[in-house]
Amino acid sequence: MPTDERQLLLDERAFARTLHRMALDILRQNPDPELLVLIGIQRRGVEIAARLASHLAQETGAQVPRGALDITLYRDDFEVVGPRPLVGPTHLPVKLDGREAWIVDDVLFSGRTVRAALDELADFGRPGRIGLAVLVDRGGRELPIQADVVGERVPTAAGDRVEVFVRELDGRDAVEVVRAGRSAP
Amino acid sequence: MSGALGKDLLSLEHLSADQIRLVLDTAEPFKEISERAIKKVPVLRGKTIVNLFFEASTRTRISFEFAEKRLSADTVNVAASGSSVVKGETLVDTARNLEAMRIDMVVMRHGSSGAAKFLADRIESNVINAGDGKHEHPTQGLLDLLTIRDHRPIAGTKVCIVGDVLHSRVARSNIWGLLKLGAEVAVCGPQSLLPLGIEALGVRVFRRVEEAIAWADVLNVLRLQLERMQAGYIPSLREYYRHFGVTVERLEKAPRDLLILHPGPMNRGVEIDSRVADGPHSVILNQVTNGVAVRMAALYLLAGGKPELAEAAKGGSDR
Repeated sequence: MPTDERQLLLDERAFARTLHRMALDILRQNPDPELLVLIGIQRRGVEIAARLASHLAQETGAQVPRGALDITLYRDDFEVVGPRPLVGPTHLPVKLDGREAWIVDDVLFSGRTVRAALDELADFGRPGRIGLAVLVDRGGRELPIQADVVGERVPTAAGDRVEVFVRELDGRDAVEVVRAGRSAP
Repeated sequence: MSGALGKDLLSLEHLSADQIRLVLDTAEPFKEISERAIKKVPVLRGKTIVNLFFEASTRTRISFEFAEKRLSADTVNVAASGSSVVKGETLVDTARNLEAMRIDMVVMRHGSSGAAKFLADRIESNVINAGDGKHEHPTQGLLDLLTIRDHRPIAGTKVCIVGDVLHSRVARSNIWGLLKLGAEVAVCGPQSLLPLGIEALGVRVFRRVEEAIAWADVLNVLRLQLERMQAGYIPSLREYYRHFGVTVERLEKAPRDLLILHPGPMNRGVEIDSRVADGPHSVILNQVTNGVAVRMAALYLLAGGKPELAEAAKGGSDR
């Protein structure tokens, strides 16, 4: 019987430290916090964006506006998978035109979610620049998309899972990697 | 998730409470799309939908068309008066010819009860019933449920449908939907316009509109079709208004504020007082707004999804 193996990638302290470093990295790339807007992808990207915003507020004193994006209706697999439940509301707090917009998500894998998010954002306006910040980059890209800010990189196999837990939804902050068990050959 | 509603949306009688809740919950995020500057998402790109209207309709047809366009589907409108139907073509032949042009979905309004089911059994495309005779108008029922739910939980709410229940597909869809979601339902109107034996469904009957108003939390006021007078169901419109009109004076005597719904088009001064229709508790225009969201949800849930391809797509997505 193959068994799954669970590894802790980030514990509570490493989680906070990683987010702080990501916030500094965003500021290094966009020194003017007045132009920033963080857009979390539903679900956990929204929480990650909220954490980044509070780190940014500590660093600069500026309240960076935050939005949320449900990319379900922009997915490229509707013909294959059919309708999925919508995850959460899409709302953007400010006009995007000319802003430094950052797409924030928990895990970057195939890149298809980000592709959908880029399409959806284009329907809301024309930011001066769009950046991508992810807590975990697990490799395995199927599209030419890379993140500008990465919290942690971890190579994974296709069957592995990267599970992100956030206090607001799950009661704790952590990232775990579940390695799919392999049967003996 | 695929096929959660089955192939067609023909009635609320044949949906489960969970399926009804799924449509309402899906409609919630769709409301926001109509508030965007670019009111369009790409999810039904490449789908072709035919709106086949054998009866006159403004609101429902436009509402469906907006819903389809906001989901990026390609749409064609066929009105019976300008089509081969007047040349004697049967319903099935019309639909089969449309299918031969490789369409994906048909939204149909027809004067005969059961027409939508008849069509759905004979073509492969998804069929949405946009009103069939005196039978059902499921998307109207759903948008009424959504509008009530915007203001109060449906379970336990007392809803009275006032007017010509006998000829009303809106009433039938409302009754099924409300009962399934746990509301208390009543009807009120002249005896000649209430179906015999409706109590058997668990529906209360009020003969006097004052009693209905004293009981209800919500009134859904039906349009009185003017033809009913010529057919002898009621003596005159003025008499109907005197006995059953929903007026400010009658509502002022109610123990609580009532939510007022009307499926439109309204006959002001016949079934409803203008001051009520335009008053603070009227949600008649909210119903119209919600209609687009509910129809987007229904189209989305019925369309697409080839289960045999789903396996192949697994593992490729970001989550």
